[in-house]
Amino acid sequence: MKVIYRGSLVLAIAGAVSLAGIGLQTLANAASPAPASADTPTTLRLTPSQYRQSISDVFDSSIKINGRFEPEQRDQGLLAVGARTENFTDSGFESYYHIARGIAAQVVDTRHRATLIGCTPKSAASRDDQCAASFFKRVVPALYRQALNEAEIARSVETAGKAADQLHDFYSGVRLALTEMLVSPKFLLRYRNMEAAADRPGQERINAYDKASQLSYFLWNSTPDAELMRAARDGELNTQKGLEQQVDRLMQSPRVADGVRGLFADMFSFSDFESVSKDPAFFPRYTLLIKEQAQEQTLRTVVDHVVNKHGDYRDIFTTPNTFLTMDLAALYGVPVVDRTENGQPQRWVTYKYEDGNVRSGILSQASFTTLWSPSARTSATSRGKALREHILCQRVPPPPGNVEFKFVDDTGNPEFKTTRARLEAHRSEAMCAGCHKLTDPMGLSLENFNSGGEYRSTENGVVIDASGELNGKPYQGPQGLAKAVHDDPAATSCVAQRAFAFATGYVPPKDDRWRQIEQTFSQSHYDVMALLRAIALSDLAYSRLGV
Amino acid sequence: MKSSLENLSRRRVLRGMLAGGAVTVGLPIFDGLLNENGNAFAASGAPLPTRFASWFWPCGFSEQDWAPKTAGRDYELPRQLEALKPFKERLNLFSGSHVFLDGVANQTHFTGVQGLMTGKVTSSGDYFNSVDGVIADNIGSRSRFKSLVVVCDGDPKASWSAFASGKVPGEVSPMALYTRIFGPGYSDPNAATFVPDPETMVTKSVLSGISEQRADLSKSLGAADKQKLDYYFTALRSLEQQLEIQLQKPSPLEACSKPEEAKDDGHPLFLIEEGMVRHKLFCSLMTHALACDQTRVVNLAITQGMTGLRRDGDPTSHHSYTHEEPVDPVLGYQVKVAWFQRQYFENLRDYAAMLDSVKEGDKSLLDRSILFAFTDHSAPRLHSILNYPFITIGNANGAIKTGMHFSTPGDTAARVTLTMQQAMGVHVSSWGAGSNQCNSPVSGVLT
Repeated sequence: MKVIYRGSLVLAIAGAVSLAGIGLQTLANAASPAPASADTPTTLRLTPSQYRQSISDVFDSSIKINGRFEPEQRDQGLLAVGARTENFTDSGFESYYHIARGIAAQVVDTRHRATLIGCTPKSAASRDDQCAASFFKRVVPALYRQALNEAEIARSVETAGKAADQLHDFYSGVRLALTEMLVSPKFLLRYRNMEAAADRPGQERINAYDKASQLSYFLWNSTPDAELMRAARDGELNTQKGLEQQVDRLMQSPRVADGVRGLFADMFSFSDFESVSKDPAFFPRYTLLIKEQAQEQTLRTVVDHVVNKHGDYRDIFTTPNTFLTMDLAALYGVPVVDRTENGQPQRWVTYKYEDGNVRSGILSQASFTTLWSPSARTSATSRGKALREHILCQRVPPPPGNVEFKFVDDTGNPEFKTTRARLEAHRSEAMCAGCHKLTDPMGLSLENFNSGGEYRSTENGVVIDASGELNGKPYQGPQGLAKAVHDDPAATSCVAQRAFAFATGYVPPKDDRWRQIEQTFSQSHYDVMALLRAIALSDLAYSRLGV
Repeated sequence: MKSSLENLSRRRVLRGMLAGGAVTVGLPIFDGLLNENGNAFAASGAPLPTRFASWFWPCGFSEQDWAPKTAGRDYELPRQLEALKPFKERLNLFSGSHVFLDGVANQTHFTGVQGLMTGKVTSSGDYFNSVDGVIADNIGSRSRFKSLVVVCDGDPKASWSAFASGKVPGEVSPMALYTRIFGPGYSDPNAATFVPDPETMVTKSVLSGISEQRADLSKSLGAADKQKLDYYFTALRSLEQQLEIQLQKPSPLEACSKPEEAKDDGHPLFLIEEGMVRHKLFCSLMTHALACDQTRVVNLAITQGMTGLRRDGDPTSHHSYTHEEPVDPVLGYQVKVAWFQRQYFENLRDYAAMLDSVKEGDKSLLDRSILFAFTDHSAPRLHSILNYPFITIGNANGAIKTGMHFSTPGDTAARVTLTMQQAMGVHVSSWGAGSNQCNSPVSGVLT
């Protein structure tokens, strides 16, 4: 496994290594896929959000997932890639087992059994293979995302039957057989099996059912529905016309918002909110509810912009349109009045900032400013590093050892009252400047937002200087940063890479097929929906990757 | 630890249950629990187990002034270890060893631990087979849980425990840990009766159905996916083993008792005061788990190296202070940083005392353990990977000498972790790679 690092408050570069020459080209190369390997894993573990949505779709949205999944590992910037490269651990598998037991128990409980089992056994105290078979014929293909396999059904029926005999309970038998299915690799892993292409001698193609799974988890963040499975079974997914029909159907469904939410929650690293907390002594408005709402605000903003309006992706950094609750509005100091329903303070309402407001765009939202700050104060370096890595797909080198921090040691020095002053002192050393010049100017322009996501104009009594610089171009304040990111070609390149990796588990190869996808995205005026469609229809997404 | 009598009982139980309904089997409590010397189970003659408890504290000792001037027995306990004074004769201090980079960039707060815990440094961020994982692989299969891994600050990724499959995320919730160990599936070894759970037996049988499909599951996979599947089956086997142990009547354990149910849900923490409260809860749960032989290997991390823990009312974290606090010109060290470090070591002392309060025959649980303390940087102000401090408390059932300061200037830190493995009975003669590699333990530690 690989260990991925959160941003360091203070970066430093060893004196022996001058990074003055490190430019964005070098960093972009650092973010390129690893050297081709003859054999890398191709199977992808269901992410927790995919797992949850799959269970809801196969059974019922009332089935609760009780228990904590093993934390996911981020690789190449995405959990979706980590899902391919990470292994099972003993404790992680134990978690799957307990979650599976909880799900299976609910499926057969008295509340759900009539609808989810779909038949009543002749006797609840013994096996009933006919009833069990009708249940497994529906559930096995849905969970395993494969063609109906009679031998597989028979095996599950026999497993349930034996268990029912031993425990003298039909439902216990079904429950245990279902538990086994839910911890099986056939459910937990998504496969990308390749097979000979019947219509193209000597060439290979992805298995149609695996193609259906990839499409469905990409666009809906969930398991394929019956129609997609049918298209796989009938061979339609192997034709360009059939593929187009299914892709357009999936994209016209409201459920495509789930896929987009999955992509951007992963890209913006929202899973890291799991370990974020703020000190109420400093930030009384930052609550657990705000933590949830901050993520939701950004996802709603993105979905509205890219799905509903087919807007230019770059505008998510500058858009004045967003969604707020009363709590978020209070955090932001925005005078929102919900006139729709009295007494529902957490209702989401649309909101549009006036022109030039510092709160426009997603970078000033609490989902960004609070995620990349320690519990009680800001970290311009962490914010800048996160911008580079998560928004622009550029890698910031880690700080090496044996660095002297004398320039930031003296916090009592009246010259170093603000974060900017301390970091600039630190950055005045050539050994430190290489990395910090990549992160700090961007992070410092968000200093108007404290660690709890609130606006501030001063720090320790000194007016905050929120000027910054990106790609050698100076700008002023959060609005300037938003515009600079908006205009940086790395932003659109990054989202395109992330979307492909979210779909496949692989960083795209920089070949002509990829350039064609990028061109389609560009020609659509950076309509993310056009990007997703181009990926979903490309041969590249279904080819053997990582070789 | 299971005797033939216990196996026989279990088989009878299972036969009786399968024949129709569960039966209750009465077994004598404490009847011949330990042998006359109090160092082995009387029933089986098996020696009482040795346990390994690793413990991570962040940001080392702040400056390089901590190493005692003299090695051997009569050394002066440094200021940083004052809290451990009650255990001076039962602990060892290791100083002077380094992690060697061999050209790999030092990823601060990571590469040093990677080197000392796994014996290797890599630029890729790989982290496999930490010393506690290797020990658990060797001795963990005899208990219900191969190992237990916890993190006190709410971030599961702060764990430093790893097996061949990768890093093991830490359990962050004492409440969840309590349920995992002492909830459903736990059998009191001192209970008068033992009734194996019929459902557990059937579940185990059902799960075995997956293993039967192994060849089918792997037939279309390449080598990397086959290896991934191997790790899956290793994890499945571990669960099956857990169920198997739950079906056996456990040997009576005089020192075993069930702790109070923990209520802490493991939410993220930022105050060290709260972190130390949770630390105590975790230590209590793990001490009970060790005493009840639910596991023989535990790993606790207080927080990540780049810790966000700070004092109530102060916005600056321990980690930030290591870089930003000036060295006091009179005292010669960072005063605020030293305060944090003192909190950790007072809690390490309490953990040791907790283990020592559990009596197993002629020794305490601490005597039958190694409590192994390690950190990410010796002097984090400089992100230094030189002169690492290690502390061990306990003598591993007499496998190591104690009361010593072992000074090995310029040596590889991996030699200390090799020594831990050999003390725990792992048959390994070589450990690590490149300049961190070593072929013998720290001289004079093992008895």
